[in-house]
Amino acid sequence: MKVLNCPLNGPRNISEFVCLGEIKRLPDAQAPPQDWSQFVFIEKNPAGPVREWWLHLATNFLFIVERDTRSDEILATYRIGDPGLPAPPPGAPGA
Amino acid sequence: MSLALIAEGFWGRRPERILPAACPLRERYDVIIIGGGGHGLATAYYLAKDHGIRNVAVLEKGYLGGGNTGRNTAIVRSNYLTAEGVAFYAESVSLFQSLSNELDFNIMYSERGHLTLAHTDAAIRTARWRAEVNKHLGVDSELIDPADIQSLCPQLNLSSKARYPILGALYHPPGAIARHDAVAWGYAAAAARLGVELHPETEVTGVVKQGNRAIGVETNRGTVHAGAILQAVAGSSSRVAAMLDLRLPIRTIPLQACVSQPLKPFLDPIIVSGSLHIYVSQSTRGELVMGGATDPYPLYSSRSTLEFKEGLMSHMLELFPFLAGVKVMRQWAGLADMTPDFSPVMGLTPVENYFIDAGWGTWGFKATPVCGKRLAETIATGKPPSLIAPFALDRFADFVQIGERGAASVGH
Repeated sequence: MKVLNCPLNGPRNISEFVCLGEIKRLPDAQAPPQDWSQFVFIEKNPAGPVREWWLHLATNFLFIVERDTRSDEILATYRIGDPGLPAPPPGAPGA
Repeated sequence: MSLALIAEGFWGRRPERILPAACPLRERYDVIIIGGGGHGLATAYYLAKDHGIRNVAVLEKGYLGGGNTGRNTAIVRSNYLTAEGVAFYAESVSLFQSLSNELDFNIMYSERGHLTLAHTDAAIRTARWRAEVNKHLGVDSELIDPADIQSLCPQLNLSSKARYPILGALYHPPGAIARHDAVAWGYAAAAARLGVELHPETEVTGVVKQGNRAIGVETNRGTVHAGAILQAVAGSSSRVAAMLDLRLPIRTIPLQACVSQPLKPFLDPIIVSGSLHIYVSQSTRGELVMGGATDPYPLYSSRSTLEFKEGLMSHMLELFPFLAGVKVMRQWAGLADMTPDFSPVMGLTPVENYFIDAGWGTWGFKATPVCGKRLAETIATGKPPSLIAPFALDRFADFVQIGERGAASVGH
């Protein structure tokens, strides 16, 4: 069993959560369709640290997870708007 | 010791090498293929055979066929859902059927019939849909009822008291299995006979560009120039494409599989259940080759998990309760390139002279011959043939996906 530390519920089995994908910058509502297709389909898919949206299914709690896609380690978890959330490095998804 | 043995040992014929010995890298090739898996080797073979382009090098970071080519569950079929998908995989099946002869290499192609079990009304509807699309395009597929399933596979638990009773199945008689390593070796040997150079342990570390044209690659053995470059690197697609600042519609997710200890031959057809997230066939040496859904989140690690085995085995026991005493012998994982529409990405890229073969998720092995043949045509003519044109990378920019979620694999 792999444990994910949920900011709301504490350490829980990772099977209680669902990964909703990389955090990306939302295009402007009036942005051209190409920007929206990039947002919807294109992934950075890095081998290494990644910042993603995760959802705790039982409580419908949405939060941010940083993990390493090479070592399968959870690096950190954050609430949305957490003042401790470091700014993503330049060029990272969501930057 | 017999005289014949001594004579053969000292003066007899030496066994021929299947693959040529290592050779130095040249400065320039007409075509460089990054990735020495089935797809890359097949493309090299068809470039040489169909188009006379023999100054070709296949560069492989590890050993030939050591990635997903040797990690899949070796199933070949064409019972897909979209017209584009069915036409494409149908050509692959027909190439597979004559491949041992074509390559003069036994790929141990074994036609078993393929049963996709349906446990819900929704699955029956999808099976009917697939059967009708398949038949319309000349592919042998039919929706069958439990009595017919019983006669094809009497070992299945067809009891109506099962937790998820089997209501019917999509039956695809041409469904087959093959020795996946032999497909890679056969293509490699046949390509080498035509003059293609194979370079294992040659890692591409960068792509050399001149303006918007790719003109060569940097490797751990030096820089090599090329008239055209194809990347065919399965689970590493995003990482290799990032060398050109190219971002892809791909998430890399592990797909785990395992085999049981060898058993007497008892299971003829290939059995798939989307609802139970499982597929299983019995290999020619008696092992049950089993796989399930991809892992729940992206990862570049081929580690194994207990959750995978727990889920898979509980579902295996639903279908075959008598296997409870059988042991799992080996387990492994491959890195699957998952695309949003469960179809591959093939053809041109925004960079000139740079071609891509990616997004093969959990459906790559069965496309090896057709992918090689049609990508070779794309590279030779500069234009993707109509069979693979719908799978272009830019389909996502135009929002014209080819939705194969209902037929590409299980449990998504």
